[in-house]
Amino acid sequence: MKNAFAGNTGPKVRSDCGVTLEIKHKGGITIDLKSKVGTLYGESISALCREVLAHFMIRDAELLVEDSGALPFVIMARLEAAIKKLTDSDREYLPVMLKTNIYSTEADRTRFSRLYLPGNNPALMINAGLHSADGIILDLEDSVAPEKKDEARLLVRNALRQIDFRGAERMVRINQGKTGLEDLKVLIPNNVNLVLIPKCDTAEQVQELDSEINKIRTERKLKNRTFLMPVVESAYGVENAFSIAGASENVVAMAIGLEDFTADLGVQRTLEGSESFYARTRIVNAAKAARIQPIDSVFSDVADIEGLTHNVARSKALGFEGMGCIHPRQIRVINKGFAPSAEETEKALKIVLAWEDAKNRGLGVVALGTKMIDAPVVARAMKTINLAVKLGMIPADRKKE
Amino acid sequence: MQVKSTVNAAGRKVPLLINGEKVVPFRGVGKHKPTGRKYAPPIPSCTDYPPDGNKVLASLGEALRKCGLRDGMTISTHHHLRDGDLIANRVFEIAREMGVKDLVWFPSASFPCNEPLIKYLEDGTINRIEGSMNGPLGRFVSEGRMKGTAVLRSHGGRVQAIQDGEVKIDLAVLVAPSADSFGNARGTGGKSACGVIGYAKPDSMYATKVIIVTDNLVDIPCYPMEIEGNYVDYVVVVDKIGIPEKIVSGTTEITKSPDRLLIAELTASFLELSGILTDGVRIQAGAGGTSLAIGVFIHEILKNKGWRSAFGFGGSTKYMVRMLEEGQMGYILDAQAFDLDAVRSVEENPLHVPYPVFNAYNYHSKGNLTSMMDIMILGATEVDLNFNGNVVSHSDGYLLHGIGGWQNCLHARNVILPLPLFRDRIPVIVDSVTTLCGPGELIDVVITERGIAINPLRKDLIRRVKGSGLPLTTIGELKEEAENICGKPSKPEFEDRVVAAVKWVDGTVIDVVRQIKTKK
Repeated sequence: MKNAFAGNTGPKVRSDCGVTLEIKHKGGITIDLKSKVGTLYGESISALCREVLAHFMIRDAELLVEDSGALPFVIMARLEAAIKKLTDSDREYLPVMLKTNIYSTEADRTRFSRLYLPGNNPALMINAGLHSADGIILDLEDSVAPEKKDEARLLVRNALRQIDFRGAERMVRINQGKTGLEDLKVLIPNNVNLVLIPKCDTAEQVQELDSEINKIRTERKLKNRTFLMPVVESAYGVENAFSIAGASENVVAMAIGLEDFTADLGVQRTLEGSESFYARTRIVNAAKAARIQPIDSVFSDVADIEGLTHNVARSKALGFEGMGCIHPRQIRVINKGFAPSAEETEKALKIVLAWEDAKNRGLGVVALGTKMIDAPVVARAMKTINLAVKLGMIPADRKKE
Repeated sequence: MQVKSTVNAAGRKVPLLINGEKVVPFRGVGKHKPTGRKYAPPIPSCTDYPPDGNKVLASLGEALRKCGLRDGMTISTHHHLRDGDLIANRVFEIAREMGVKDLVWFPSASFPCNEPLIKYLEDGTINRIEGSMNGPLGRFVSEGRMKGTAVLRSHGGRVQAIQDGEVKIDLAVLVAPSADSFGNARGTGGKSACGVIGYAKPDSMYATKVIIVTDNLVDIPCYPMEIEGNYVDYVVVVDKIGIPEKIVSGTTEITKSPDRLLIAELTASFLELSGILTDGVRIQAGAGGTSLAIGVFIHEILKNKGWRSAFGFGGSTKYMVRMLEEGQMGYILDAQAFDLDAVRSVEENPLHVPYPVFNAYNYHSKGNLTSMMDIMILGATEVDLNFNGNVVSHSDGYLLHGIGGWQNCLHARNVILPLPLFRDRIPVIVDSVTTLCGPGELIDVVITERGIAINPLRKDLIRRVKGSGLPLTTIGELKEEAENICGKPSKPEFEDRVVAAVKWVDGTVIDVVRQIKTKK
């Protein structure tokens, strides 16, 4: 009789477990539990495992659970994954959906920072919502090994139900191709706010996924919208940027992925980034033309906060409106960097006040100090003020003062 | 044997006899005041010591024999060489060779390197340990395998017990990184430098016999001496008293965990916004990764405001040394140096001062440093709904840590416990602590990554941070949140047998640890 393993074990593993399941024909259920928290949770872990097995109508099995302090939703996902390797059940064992996890987001909400979390690593997920990222991405693509895709999908599904991300936009990055469609089928019913489409080359790709999502939403009678963020990661994708950006009304942002892009070009990715200058500005322009948010690639040196700060400043200057994060410590730098600075806000307020003042007095030409102010300058200043108001940096009625 | 027990003022059931000696149950904070005079060792005479001051003997064995090592004696050691100590184990190895039985080991702390002592506990060479128990030793005791009952004391409680004569040290074997032939000794210099050896001082003063063991014999006088030769019987010179890289960490580092950094940041914000952090503030924090990060954040705030901490109390680390050297701290008063920068600083900087534990922690004295500290950052394995704290056992009932200075430090003006809400599914906030080490009335604030709970007794603090934007919550809400995430934990089961007593700073018994019921 073959057995199946799911999960992670080893001395460095935390908040996870590994389960080894062998389905038998007789003898009932036997559970061998090796747990770091056995004294406190041993009985409840065994009871949970029995419940999951019963849900899948497994009456005779040998189960080994090697537990490093996994939360119940993790144990459930691991066991379900092992069961599905041995059976073709299409049932699901779903943990409770927390009430706090049911919310929708706005198409034009700020998306300065979005934190990538590897989809098969529960330890990093549990407190992810505490770090004030605008979005949390549960990633099933590059951070998950091919043979772990199926179990990661179930873990991510359970995480979407059980972890409170505290108002962050709930995002998933799905796989390409068929695996990606399976990802959607399992995840979309769990209140996903936004789907990242990796290695997006064409508008058709976006439309295919969009209609797949709509099909699931209709079938499952889901109310909340699911937005899309295509990630452009190739020369071909860059050339198609504008059509991708306008592929569906659900596309609210478009990102560039520079690791794959520079690989496609056959050049080194540099800190200064001249090799991707064209691509980045093309993405920005296409996104702005389609009235969606252009989002920059991640900055991969977690320890280099200074480098990140410069990178954010450059990115903002090009017109990007956000960036991916691979570590929580990057979030604050990115949020602060993309928000208008106090000086910028102050200057914008002065411009608008001077403009209004001139208008009231019937003056045709407006100057602030030695500089001419005209309509586009005012429009830009208004954008800054509106953003500052949206971020709560200044009160909504501030400009009336 | 049925030992009479009672319920102490903290509501814990404790025996009236421990290791055959009468003990006083905890009566409440500040309630127990002993009378009488301090204990004193026998009067020595210069006639018995060489006039040239040379007390050097050829070997540790000879010194132990000359000190009259025999059954039932209490032997003390200090822990300044931490996990690199080579001598404490050696003492019991020699005792075993001599066929001596039923010794009491009275260390100022134990470390994983002391695991080999388990075999001497098993063969009867050692009856019991009165001191901290870490890792394997704690497990051994929890499983009821030690003959006598362990007694856990804080650093200050240990001094109190020595001074009050609760523990009479027959023989103190004190390692010293530098010493002269007369027995003057210090923690600096040589290849095994540990900075300070302050925890050895009471042992030197109150033990009947004192042996100094060094690997760096210097000319008289070994200056500045922390231990004075007039207390010392013999000096033994060996090749190596310790393994340098295990004595001090090459470097201590702040936490890299984003969650712990968040806790550290919240703690620093709390200290700033509550007004606890001011110019002239007196600070003590530990050497754990989160505490170090808090220190770094505090340093930033002091710098930005142009403020200076009047003094910090060690264990010192490079982060504290940086505050001293950059001018944001007036003095470091030090009980132990945790890394190489700290050791260097003690040696070179006159503002970095070894500070005697009598003055810092002893509760039976005319005041001590702890109650003068403004900011006290401490850890805990558990805190309960009444803010009671546990530092010696885990929620599974196993004894796994020493008390250190923790209980003493609870007397500071603001006791802050930055803690994760749960560790690998184990909630830190619980209904009732597994082992009571510190009464909740002395614990002011618990800061977790998911919110800050202020002890309702501290109405002043609650008022001061109201409307500050800090994520304030209650200890009950924190507990509920932890259980919502982790599930409600079961309790460990215990046998009746008491395997360890936890003393309060005044020598009374605040709680006991019972033998773990092992599953068959």
